[in-house]
Amino acid sequence: MASKFFAVADRKSCVSCGACFRECPRDAIRIDHGCYAVMDPALCIGCGKCRRICPADCIGMEERKA
Amino acid sequence: MKKKHWYDWLWIWTIIYFLLGFFNILFAWLGMIDFLLPLLLAVFGGNKWFCNHLCGRGQLFTVISAKIPGPHSRPAPRWLSSPWFRYGFLVFFLTMFGNIVFQTYLVYSGASTLREFVKLFWTFRVPWGWAYTSGAAPDWAAQFSFGFYSLMLTSTLIGLIVMLLYRPRTWCSFCPMGTMTQTICRLKHRGKEDAIIFH
Ligand code: SF4
Ligand code: SF4
Ligand code: SF4
Repeated sequence: MASKFFAVADRKSCVSCGACFRECPRDAIRIDHGCYAVMDPALCIGCGKCRRICPADCIGMEERKA
Repeated sequence: MKKKHWYDWLWIWTIIYFLLGFFNILFAWLGMIDFLLPLLLAVFGGNKWFCNHLCGRGQLFTVISAKIPGPHSRPAPRWLSSPWFRYGFLVFFLTMFGNIVFQTYLVYSGASTLREFVKLFWTFRVPWGWAYTSGAAPDWAAQFSFGFYSLMLTSTLIGLIVMLLYRPRTWCSFCPMGTMTQTICRLKHRGKEDAIIFH
């Protein structure tokens, strides 16, 4: 069952530290071009772990469209 | 539970580094690995593999904060990760590094003598002479060690302070190495689809 929410990082304020990606239990995050984090909505279970660790506080949760 | 890799233990290296410098300051030179490797990976690989996998310091903050109580999920003030602060801190940091190199040169050229102390927060002189036996290495090499160790220790202490106040890896949001490597990656991937965003 897909979660109601999935994580999205704001590319502009991401510092590409990788803290989120180390926390993610689903390996749903990759750091693109060494510049910003990208979450795969298909893998994300919306647990919010990445959001709580992000030092730049740049991760938000988006609701899945039905 | 996530699968552990060998590099997930590199936080131990960070502790060993500071212990080695406590007993013999010349080990401070090993810190150049943490200085050059991220840059090499960014310049040639166009990635932040160092930050994302190899940085013991970032890991250490996570490991310590998991062991102590604190407001671990409290976000740091926004300005700490704002571009002007990040780049400003980077410039400050590089200036301080340049000063270490200059002091090393002064000792090398004989214009200045070796000073055996560690300077914390660019202000407080902590006597550190026990960690060095005169003549064990050229004076300039020892001078660089004292300066570089000071820089490494000071930045780690700042990282520990913000770790206590906010999220564990708050230091990473303005870490000069992180800013430098991200900037290199942005320049390298400029113009690619997925537009790299410049502030
Ligand atoms: S919300 Fe959880 S599953 Fe989704 S990307 Fe973040 S850490 Fe991974
Ligand atoms: S933790 Fe935040 S700043 Fe760091 S890579 Fe992930 S989204 Fe970017
Ligand atoms: S931002 Fe700095 S402290 Fe954080 S992982 Fe990168 S190099 Fe290490």
